Amino acid sequence: MQYFVQQLINGLTLGSIYGLIAIGYTMVYGIIGMINFAHGDIFMVGAFAALIVFLILGAMFYSVPIVIALLIMMIVAMLLTSLYNWTIEKVAYRPLRGSFRLAPLITAIGMSIVLSNFVQVTQGPRNKPIPPLVSKVYTIEGVSVSLKQIIIVLVTAILLAIFWYLVNKTSLGRAQRACEQDRKMAALLGVDVDRTISITFIMGAALAAVAGTLFLMYYGVVVFSDGFVPGVKAFTAAVLGGIGSLPGAVLGGLLIGFIESMWSAYFSIDYKDVAAFSILAIVLIFLPSGILGRPEVEKV
Amino acid sequence: MAVTVSPERDVVATPVQRAFREALYAAAIALGLFVLFIGLKTDQNISNELILVQRWGLLAIVVIATAVGRFLYVGYAQPAMERAKAQKAAAPAAAATAPGFIRRNFNQIGVAVLLLYPVAIVLLFGFQGSLKWVDNFGIQILIYVMLAWGLNIVIGLAGLLDLGYVAFYAVGAYAYALLGTHFGLSFWILLPAAGLMAAFWGVMLGFPVLRLRGDYLAIVTLAFGEIIRLVIINWREVTNGSAGISGIPKVSFFGLMSFNVSDPNYIAKVLGIAQSGAYYKIFLYYLILGLCFLTAFVTIRLRRLPVGRAWEALREDEIACRSLGINTTTTKLTAFATGAMFGGFAGSFFAARQGFVSPESFVFLESAIILAIVVLGGMGSLGGIAVAALVMIGGTEILRELDFLKAVFGPDFTPELYRMLLFGMAMVIVMLWKPRGFVGSREPTAFLKERRAVSGSFTKEGHG
Amino acid sequence: MNASPSMNDIILQVEHLSMKFGGLVAIGDLSFQAKRGEITALIGPNGAGKTTVFNCITGFYKPSEGMITLNRRDGSTYLLERLPNHEIPARAKVARTFQNIRLFSGMTLLENLLVAQHNKLMKASGYTMLGLFGFSSYRKASAESIDLARHWLEKANLVDRADDPAGDLPYGAQRRLEIARAMCTGPELLCLDEPAAGLNPKESAALNALLMDIRDTTSILLIEHDMSVVMQISDHVVVLEYGRKISDGSPQSVRTDPRVIAAYLGVDDEEVETVLTEVGDEDVIEQLDIGPDAAHGPGTSSSFLAGPVTDTIGHSEGERVTVSKGASKAGQVDAKANAAPRKPAERATAKPAGSTAKPRGGRK
Repeated sequence: MQYFVQQLINGLTLGSIYGLIAIGYTMVYGIIGMINFAHGDIFMVGAFAALIVFLILGAMFYSVPIVIALLIMMIVAMLLTSLYNWTIEKVAYRPLRGSFRLAPLITAIGMSIVLSNFVQVTQGPRNKPIPPLVSKVYTIEGVSVSLKQIIIVLVTAILLAIFWYLVNKTSLGRAQRACEQDRKMAALLGVDVDRTISITFIMGAALAAVAGTLFLMYYGVVVFSDGFVPGVKAFTAAVLGGIGSLPGAVLGGLLIGFIESMWSAYFSIDYKDVAAFSILAIVLIFLPSGILGRPEVEKV
Repeated sequence: MAVTVSPERDVVATPVQRAFREALYAAAIALGLFVLFIGLKTDQNISNELILVQRWGLLAIVVIATAVGRFLYVGYAQPAMERAKAQKAAAPAAAATAPGFIRRNFNQIGVAVLLLYPVAIVLLFGFQGSLKWVDNFGIQILIYVMLAWGLNIVIGLAGLLDLGYVAFYAVGAYAYALLGTHFGLSFWILLPAAGLMAAFWGVMLGFPVLRLRGDYLAIVTLAFGEIIRLVIINWREVTNGSAGISGIPKVSFFGLMSFNVSDPNYIAKVLGIAQSGAYYKIFLYYLILGLCFLTAFVTIRLRRLPVGRAWEALREDEIACRSLGINTTTTKLTAFATGAMFGGFAGSFFAARQGFVSPESFVFLESAIILAIVVLGGMGSLGGIAVAALVMIGGTEILRELDFLKAVFGPDFTPELYRMLLFGMAMVIVMLWKPRGFVGSREPTAFLKERRAVSGSFTKEGHG
Repeated sequence: MNASPSMNDIILQVEHLSMKFGGLVAIGDLSFQAKRGEITALIGPNGAGKTTVFNCITGFYKPSEGMITLNRRDGSTYLLERLPNHEIPARAKVARTFQNIRLFSGMTLLENLLVAQHNKLMKASGYTMLGLFGFSSYRKASAESIDLARHWLEKANLVDRADDPAGDLPYGAQRRLEIARAMCTGPELLCLDEPAAGLNPKESAALNALLMDIRDTTSILLIEHDMSVVMQISDHVVVLEYGRKISDGSPQSVRTDPRVIAAYLGVDDEEVETVLTEVGDEDVIEQLDIGPDAAHGPGTSSSFLAGPVTDTIGHSEGERVTVSKGASKAGQVDAKANAAPRKPAERATAKPAGSTAKPRGGRK
């Protein structure tokens, strides 16, 4: 039982990170119907930005309270990745909006290759380890919970609350939902569609940057190719939850996190990714639009 | 990189003023993007701690280069392109009526060049010198041509977005590697066997995903590709895990002659010529060329058969297909299976050529590259796809050869490092330049009076 | 009409067809017949469920209840609600067109018509294998299929544009091409979903000519909005309103049916009320609320006639149907008729006793 609870906590931590990345996928998909393949690499850029900021802080000051350091890392990473995603949207996706559906998919894959190789070229191909930022571990009745995990779950929860408020209660969120329903009509009614889409990319990138910072803090290491696997997992999570649905992305992220930690704990760690992907395939066979996705009605 | 900042605001500004302002914007954005990543470099010191190395000079160069590039693009290149466009619009008839000689006979010329390529290379560089050119350029590019033509059946014709195509390539490669090393079966038996096995897996994948559409199909095929790769990595007893399988037997000359120096029927002994590794490479070149021709032949034939037309109809409108009595399930499955079969052929050839396979060769990036070649070439167009493979694969291979750049940028400069970076950029730029690929039009499969290409603006891209 | 007795049998028989989407009853207990060699028209106001009937007949929807029988000329009989979607055109020989034209727009006109001959050509090509190696039997079948395509292109007056992409055609020509394509499947029953919608008078005339041509060989089931077209070409008219049949007969009889007039012209709600109160029968209003549907059991209690609240439901065809209590104009007229000594109206509203034993729709 303790073991199970332990795995549940690990899964929750992992799932929080996946969920944060998955929101970026699902939002972009919801609003322009495109798989933003570069999103995983945006996450990686966020982690790298946090790493560099951490090193700057370390070089400039002898001791910074860890909370403040994390906060600065997060904020700079959010700003920088937002700029990246904003630029990418403008350069590589916007000119292709409304053309051939596969064209933006290809530029997104191209951008993913560009980003990871850009970081490889500028920062070197090696693993970048940092000393542990937070190392406190609490043990409650045999279940150990590290402060890192608490921070991750807490930050995720706070961000999701803010995010939920933004999407559901503000005029920006309303504009986003309008663009999601019908971009042309939204434009006719005075919604600045380009701006709304840009903001969507920025929001997705900001969440990915937070996920990147948390990832760096949790694992203590990052490398240029780290965007792919979490990216694909998060995308899987978004699809599993029903792409386009925000609660679905979080739910899918948590599910993938749980599947992974449970599978590694009870079966074999080697096949944890196989398990995650297989469950995705099985779920989609029975629920072709994911768990919370709107079922696609065939229009005849 | 072009960044458009609301051009409608500056109607009054002169082009140069506008270009200047755009350049400033671009410089500001570039500064923001690159300040942390180019200005600083994380490095490990002797005690293995990360330290920061400052590179402000490089940052300045990159930012200024971006600004200048933007200035030139907005100030000069863009107006020039618009003028050219206007001129073209003014005289459209002249361009349409007179396609050049090369364009008219593109296919024939292409086939002739491909057939004569090794001969020309041997004449130019001698047998030893030809190795690199035949292998790295000829064979390498042709493998991608074949893979892309195989994937073209699934995406270009049937309109099913498959992001896990490399899985079938892997199935073919491992089928040959395992059966060849364990049972000593000949390549000529295993080639069709590998194709059939890949086709079988194509159907296995096809069944569960038939109901899925568009992006759901994309992610499941991607997941399938990853599953196959992960199983190969982890099923160490059979596949030897990440270490891969080596010592894969070479292809024989149709069982008559061998390319192993130690064999009694070694080709040089049989024919009484000097020993050289080039014979094998040249033979492999013609082998993969033959396989490519087979793929092209089958694709062209299938397009004119009901099944091929049904694939294209499926891409255009699935519901209409069903209303005409087409069994969409079997039609999709045949597309998956046929595409997978060619992937399997290419895979077993790849294993024979390398003599070694490992899961490293079957990562998602490979699927992405193949997909990119299909889309960049123009979905459905064999010629366009071949050109795209030549440009994208050949172009990145050339980067390996640019040793003279070391003289310019110093001895530490490794052009190979930039290979994938440039590949990615090329993908983006080509797509922006030609969203429908090099060949956007579609060749009809039957005609009453005359065959006229169908403009790309009418063809659909499928939703499955 | 003028056909011999052997031609005058029934090609399509729809019995007690019901289709429910969640709580919405799009079609409620519909029965009608189409005779061979005739043009049967299915008419009714917007949202009456005509396209849903088509989708049930052609297998795009599996009906909730009911039986759809198709009798082929060779005597074989098919229960369409049990056949998979694609086998309905392939085996039962029912072809259809769509309200929003569905052509293969990137393929040429000729190719569109060749795709329609898929099953025949598939057999001729030995399921691809013979064709792949260029056997002559396939080449012959291929030439024949092109001849058939040319035949229909000529009939549709499109032969000049045979090698153009279908997406390039003007609207009216696209309609004719879609019909020609359906005809290339060799159907015995052709279902046309609003073929005249959006056509100008000239295109409309060309369409009528094509349809009269087709009628010689193929029975037609037609959805149409435009009464004038219906009256001109159809032999038999079935009128739907809110998923129920309110009238059935020759164009002349339908034209004079008060329920049809009410459905199309609309009787003012207040007017109906006054009529009812004049009759002074509270039961009538009650009856109206419960509707003739009571026999259906609790499953249909949320049907529009019985439903107590206004209900807006996203129709899967993209139409939005708003149903509210007493919305059915024809129902009101029916109620009036019922209040008075019962008249032939019963035919449309009352249900045969055997309805409980009706076959189920089968697979969903």
